[in-house]
Amino acid sequence: MRIERAAQLVDLAGGAAFLGSGGGGDPYYSLLLAEAALTRCGGFDLMPLAEVADDALLAPCGWIGAPTVSVEKLPNGGEAVAGLRRLEEIMGRRIDAVLPIEIGGGNGLAPFIAAAELGIPVVDCDGMGRAFPESQMAIFNIRGLSACPSVLTAADGSLSVIETEDNVTHERIARALAVSLGGIAHMVEYPLSGAEAKAHAIPGSISAAIAVGRAIREARAAGADPFDALAEALEATGLYPHCLTLFDGKIVDVERETRGGFSVGKVTIDGFAASGRMEIAFQNENLVATSGGKILAMVPDIITVMDRDTADTITTEKLKYGQRIKVIAAAAPDILRDDHALSFVGPRAFGMGHDFAPVEQLNETETA
Amino acid sequence: MRIGVDVGGTNTDAVLIAGRRVVASTKQPTSADVSSGVTAAIRAILADAGVPAADVSAVMVGTTHFTNALVERERLDRVGIIRLASPSGEALPPLTGWPEALARQLSGAIFLLPGGYEVDGREISSLDEAAVRAAAVDCRDQGINSIAISCAFAPINAAMEDRAGAIVADTCPDANISLSHNIGRLGLIERENGTILNAALASLARHVVASLERALADLGIAAPLYISQNDGTLISAADAARYPVLTIGSGPTNSMRGAAFLTGVDNGIVMDVGGTTCDIGVLAGGYPRESSIAVDIGGVRTNFRMPDILAIGLGGGTRIHLPPEGAATDDFAIGPDSVGFRLTEDAWLFGGSTLTASDIAVAAGKASFGDASRIPTLTPALHRAILDKMAAMLADGIDRMKTQPGDATIIAVGGGHFLIDDNLKGAARVVRPDHAAVANAVGAAIAQVGAQAERIVDYDAEPRAAAIEAMRADLLAHVIAAGATPESVEIVDMDEVFLSYLPGRSAQLRMKAVGSLADEAGAVALPVAEARHAH
Repeated sequence: MRIERAAQLVDLAGGAAFLGSGGGGDPYYSLLLAEAALTRCGGFDLMPLAEVADDALLAPCGWIGAPTVSVEKLPNGGEAVAGLRRLEEIMGRRIDAVLPIEIGGGNGLAPFIAAAELGIPVVDCDGMGRAFPESQMAIFNIRGLSACPSVLTAADGSLSVIETEDNVTHERIARALAVSLGGIAHMVEYPLSGAEAKAHAIPGSISAAIAVGRAIREARAAGADPFDALAEALEATGLYPHCLTLFDGKIVDVERETRGGFSVGKVTIDGFAASGRMEIAFQNENLVATSGGKILAMVPDIITVMDRDTADTITTEKLKYGQRIKVIAAAAPDILRDDHALSFVGPRAFGMGHDFAPVEQLNETETA
Repeated sequence: MRIGVDVGGTNTDAVLIAGRRVVASTKQPTSADVSSGVTAAIRAILADAGVPAADVSAVMVGTTHFTNALVERERLDRVGIIRLASPSGEALPPLTGWPEALARQLSGAIFLLPGGYEVDGREISSLDEAAVRAAAVDCRDQGINSIAISCAFAPINAAMEDRAGAIVADTCPDANISLSHNIGRLGLIERENGTILNAALASLARHVVASLERALADLGIAAPLYISQNDGTLISAADAARYPVLTIGSGPTNSMRGAAFLTGVDNGIVMDVGGTTCDIGVLAGGYPRESSIAVDIGGVRTNFRMPDILAIGLGGGTRIHLPPEGAATDDFAIGPDSVGFRLTEDAWLFGGSTLTASDIAVAAGKASFGDASRIPTLTPALHRAILDKMAAMLADGIDRMKTQPGDATIIAVGGGHFLIDDNLKGAARVVRPDHAAVANAVGAAIAQVGAQAERIVDYDAEPRAAAIEAMRADLLAHVIAAGATPESVEIVDMDEVFLSYLPGRSAQLRMKAVGSLADEAGAVALPVAEARHAH
């Protein structure tokens, strides 16, 4: 698939915002960057995962840091290429393709700019299938790959290579470096072979995001219900097999605090015409949605708050009293739902005292 | 006494207010040159009230002039754009994401120069004063007289922008200089966009403000002129001439503030029914609730604070499409098209042949104007069904906007307020103030002066209470400097957002303060009878 129209990037940004489950930041600036790159280079190649050679070298990349900083301290544009070039030197060979470390939020568009500069394709897959707050929640860590060698670069041209034994230490060092670099940095991590990507990466997530964004945009233009279009398009991807509207209402309270560097909080939504109440707990991303004492969705399933008229995603940092919204839930890719994966990205990994239950089971009576 | 003026696209409304009493009001057609329409409107109310020009203590003007100039892309200056952030941000130069034609029209020259701050206050790079001077010379040589200057994290530290502005002013003494920290909040691209739009409006703003001042002088009014801003507060005419973009959303804000003033209702829902739409907004503490969605102006993304308005496609001129011959009774449609300002020609009750929401309402006895006998007779079932559908649309709008359980107080204003039933679902009561048709001019007249500030604070480095107090004191001083009496100044809004992925306990702290102008508080003597109303 060739991406050569700005509308495709807009669709990707819209879909990536939804798949962010409230996290990953507003992809607007990433979209502007990708559009500028598109104007410069004329198009990007999106390569299906199945077509990647087994011995190819792939580099997942993305931005690490605070969304609040990323709207003031904008990229220089040379960060990704500098990081990828250094990784090539370390590995002693060319990088054949790149992929987003996470599809959700702004990082879903990050690799396109580097790919354009280097003239290499983006592989249609990612490392999270959504957005997660920390690098070691990537499927590549879950499946035992190493994040290193990893290269962190910043707008001022500085470059750091991280070599650690384990991926949690890698995340801790990368986070500290990003802070000292001004709160935002570009990271290349989990370099892997084509065979490893085929075995472990979340396949088709970029084209899924494009399909979702496109369905919403076209429904809006046609005056149709964008939420119906979203659900239909998402389920048609096969990657996210269930999608449903959990709640429709307006935000009556947002509580936030910072705990361990994360924005932790709770949003309360009242239904229209006094039809019940929903609470969503978030830690950068939306984690668990509850209504009437009953859990209706939980991480790693996707829980996204959207403007009820436009179906624009509202990320957790933009949740605000008075917004009129719908809460949409979608089943995470199966690969994130086995017991081993859940020990990294399930409710207990986020400090909650209960096991994972799939969104389609939790809402069985409603959907039946 | 104060004069409030609202210059809309069609009408220029003016009111004369003494204390809390509306003494006179008028509606005049807006003139192409703005000032003659304003002069006519002010002359009319002064004559009507028999008040000499010398008794006017202040004139407040709200205008859509600058919005229209941006939307119509007329009378805009070419802009020289200086951004202080390099090497950061070079991948996203100014004007990225703009409509191509507008970018071409405005873009004079773009300079990406070293400078800017990190979130923790360090410099990204030091300011290169020689490069700023060279950029200013370049603009001068190209005949560019409007300069927009932006800088990474300028809302937190404005020093570099101020210094660059001083260098440009030194090099080009006649230049209109717009600094981003005076215009927007965090979000460099959106703030810079607003700054560029502001710079593009510079010549027009000088012209409009000068012609308003001349109009007042011709009327013999020596009182100060203020212009209303997006958030319902005032800036001086001199500030408006420098920062016109801050006034572009004042219309709906003034309308809602006026509705609150006329009714004494500070918390409720304002429904402003015009010819084409019913605009619904929420009043919280006498001010409109702000929208949290990015605001597009003429296709350019900005982050201005604008009132959160839900527009429903139902106004006095909304067309009613009857069921086709033989179709079911419920097969009718309400709008979304409208005859708009042609209501008084096209509607049945005004001698036309188009069925409008006004025809339906008058036929039902909800209002009496025009010639009701001309309205075609519908079957009672169909008439009832249309009325029910209209009520349901309005009730749905209330339900979508209100944020408290239970019914809300509704303030019905605008020429089509009769479309709102007293027993509308979701309404605890419906208040219809006198002078509702000029609520926006009233909103301009009663406005206060205000100021806002925003910082990112590390509470581990600076205790929370101290940080809040420092910002509070700074803001209050600002508002007093803008003309407010010290005893009237207060903080009306504070917002604290804790930031993720930063060390320590960092929060984005925002605050807003307002105060009353001296005359309102009694510094200018009001007649005794009026002074009693002032409380």
